[in-house]
Amino acid sequence: MASMTIAWQRDVDAALRQARESGKPVLLDFSAAPA
Amino acid sequence: MIEFINEHFVPAQVHIRDQKAVFERFGASWTPTQIILDPQGEEQHRTEGFLPAEDFLAQLELGLGKMEFHERHFSEAERMFRAVCDGRPDSGGAPEACYWAGVAAYKETDDPKHLGAAGALLTQRYPASEWARKASVWLH
Repeated sequence: MASMTIAWQRDVDAALRQARESGKPVLLDFSAAPA
Repeated sequence: MIEFINEHFVPAQVHIRDQKAVFERFGASWTPTQIILDPQGEEQHRTEGFLPAEDFLAQLELGLGKMEFHERHFSEAERMFRAVCDGRPDSGGAPEACYWAGVAAYKETDDPKHLGAAGALLTQRYPASEWARKASVWLH
């Protein structure tokens, strides 16, 4: 079953490492939305 | 959209309240801003300001197309650009996607007819866009 939420990471450098390993690009979202 | 993002990207979110240094690192000066970084960490596409879902999806596909284009995967790049140009023709990113679809097809085949076709399409469908003006040179 597909995930119903976006699997946002909070650690940008961890996301960049994961991107290198997986070959996927990073979608980096800069937000000011209320939590 | 959620499924598309999880399938095609490693999504990372940065909040201005918690990570101002990351904003500065990537030169993000407004929210929302989305940046697509290729697997090597190089920026390939950026959007600034809110976009409705259809326009946002078009920008994501446009960014994927630019990433493929940068990697010289011109056939795959064209496929992504066409997904926006033909599949989301009313989105704000469509004129740019039609332009780059023509360029990618030209790069793949070395046949300038693809540039002429893109120029004709842009002139006919999006005559007021800057992309039609950019492509106008291909019509002569």
